[in-house]
Amino acid sequence: MEILAPLFLQAGYNTALVTIGAALLGASAGAIGSFVLLRKRALVSDAISHATLPGLALAFIAMVWLTGEGRSLPGLMLGSALTAGLGLLAVDWLTRRTRLAEDAAIGAVLSVFFGFGVVLMTVIQTLNTGEQAGLAGYLLGSTAGMLRSEAELIAVAAGVTGAAIFALRRPFTLVCFDPEYAGGRGYPTGRVDLALMGLLLAVTVIGLKVAGLVLIVALTITPPVTARLWTDRPGQMVVIAALLGAAAAWIGTAISASGEGLPTGALIVLVAFALFVISLLLSPKRGLLAGLIRQRRFQTLVHERQGLLAILRNEPIYDSLTLRRLKARGWLRADGQVTPEGLSAARRAEADAARWQLYRQSHPAEAELLSGRMMEPMARVLPPDLLAELDSRLALAAAKRGEAL
Amino acid sequence: MTATAELVVDAGRRIAQDHPESPLAIAGLTVRYGDKPVLFGVDYATPPGAMLAIIGPNGAGKSTLIKAALGIVPKVTGEVTLFGRPQAQERHRIAYVPQRAGVDWDFPATVLDVVLMGLYREMGLWRFTGARHRKTALDCLERVGMRNFADRQIGQLSGGQQQRVFLARALAQDAELYVMDEPFAGVDAATERAIITVLKELNARGKTIICVHHDLATVAEYFTHVLIVNMHKIAEGPVAEAFTEANLQAAYGGRLSGAQVTRLAGASS
Repeated sequence: MEILAPLFLQAGYNTALVTIGAALLGASAGAIGSFVLLRKRALVSDAISHATLPGLALAFIAMVWLTGEGRSLPGLMLGSALTAGLGLLAVDWLTRRTRLAEDAAIGAVLSVFFGFGVVLMTVIQTLNTGEQAGLAGYLLGSTAGMLRSEAELIAVAAGVTGAAIFALRRPFTLVCFDPEYAGGRGYPTGRVDLALMGLLLAVTVIGLKVAGLVLIVALTITPPVTARLWTDRPGQMVVIAALLGAAAAWIGTAISASGEGLPTGALIVLVAFALFVISLLLSPKRGLLAGLIRQRRFQTLVHERQGLLAILRNEPIYDSLTLRRLKARGWLRADGQVTPEGLSAARRAEADAARWQLYRQSHPAEAELLSGRMMEPMARVLPPDLLAELDSRLALAAAKRGEAL
Repeated sequence: MTATAELVVDAGRRIAQDHPESPLAIAGLTVRYGDKPVLFGVDYATPPGAMLAIIGPNGAGKSTLIKAALGIVPKVTGEVTLFGRPQAQERHRIAYVPQRAGVDWDFPATVLDVVLMGLYREMGLWRFTGARHRKTALDCLERVGMRNFADRQIGQLSGGQQQRVFLARALAQDAELYVMDEPFAGVDAATERAIITVLKELNARGKTIICVHHDLATVAEYFTHVLIVNMHKIAEGPVAEAFTEANLQAAYGGRLSGAQVTRLAGASS
């Protein structure tokens, strides 16, 4: 029962603020992550997040030297943004100017920056300041003991980032789908890409404290991948990913607030993953269950089609599933007699089968692409003018056959 | 004025400024990919209201020519004007139809979503898609015979259907110049007819059409003008004058047999 209080914002003002901030962050991460995923650059977010570590450590050291106090969130954010930006530029440069592919460039940048960060963290352990413990939270995410000003900063920054993503949603969509067309319309594709990666970097840096630099990637990738299971439309995918990200961050933060020492980032990731598993099983479009059902339905349609064609050819039907289906559709009476509806359905099936055969002959490549739909009525698969052409050619062939007789 | 631009002027090729009426004029256009020059010093001014085919062998730089002219790929040097003004200012008057192969057709979008992309500029940053936009998009789909496919996921379209959707997206822009990259490549005969009908109808209403085209057999039937390139400009002009045996031989060399060339060029006159 302890978890319910923070979940419904009843656990004090600070916890409520942290939860809301985390949810806004989750929404922004899900939204920007969708575009990054559609641009096929999801791994870049991994490079960015790992490249924050040296900046985080350097900012801490610099602030300890200058002020004696190293844990200021804005200072740490600034430092991590600087090295993350450097990492991003390095990936970009390596990809464009050398023969390295982007995945190799990401691997190189990620490991070098993270390794450098780990060395700096070790140096920090030897510093004579009692604050090192505060930095550990940035690795796996920690909202315990978060200051009110920190929560406010995260909430506002996440909100601003979300608004920027909303404003740029159309250029992003266009550049993700068809960069050449976008260029032809005068969208500066290079700068749109830069804005996309810049906002991803902003979300990563804002989310360091809540989700941790090792786990923030899960918040930018998992919700978009999950959303893709639910929709085939770009706008909906972004909105669903934002909602999923917000839900994961909200619930994860609330659970973390209800127990001692549970790392927030890990809980957020687990919630996001649970949402993914549920979606993978149950999504009506791309879910595993829906896939099984579709397969069964296709099987049924094949049996119906074969049965109808057998009726026309006066062939006996032995298959029990076929007989059941034909009777269930009212095409066969219980005594095995064909009904008038059965006969007209059989004629339609025969006509469509002939159209398919002609289409496969005349347009082999296209028919291959559409073969998954060959049990549907053809009028739903092909545009009317193409259908008319097929029909007239079939009529012509039939007339010729008539003449020959 | 920059050094390169002066060079163009010095060579006496101020084609772009000399053709204020031309929807798309280029002067001294040179492009290279890596170390390989793809186009070299191409001058051309599209006559207003033309139906132009850009032809040439594979790798001759046909697609590169229109991409560089529209600012999609960078050029080494050269000048481009649209309707007599610098390219960047008049880009909104152009509808570009890229090759289908350049796009991920598994992208989460319906046919209607893709056509609506043609209206993004009009919608601006903050506004939502309105009923008016949706109606325009559906009208454009109607013109290419795809209205019943508006809600179809684009991954479930055949090649010809994809090409129709791309044309509908261009129609949504209501442009004055249509630039198309191989619109008839890999489409069925019915789609080819549907597309050429729409293009001829646009052309009859005074719009200029430029197509990168690969099927020499249909050049004379579909187009009024040709531009023949093979890294350099080989020939240009009305089909009857420029689509000749000698010019085709110069562009394609041994890639077409002499008999083919004679037959194709003969068909146009």
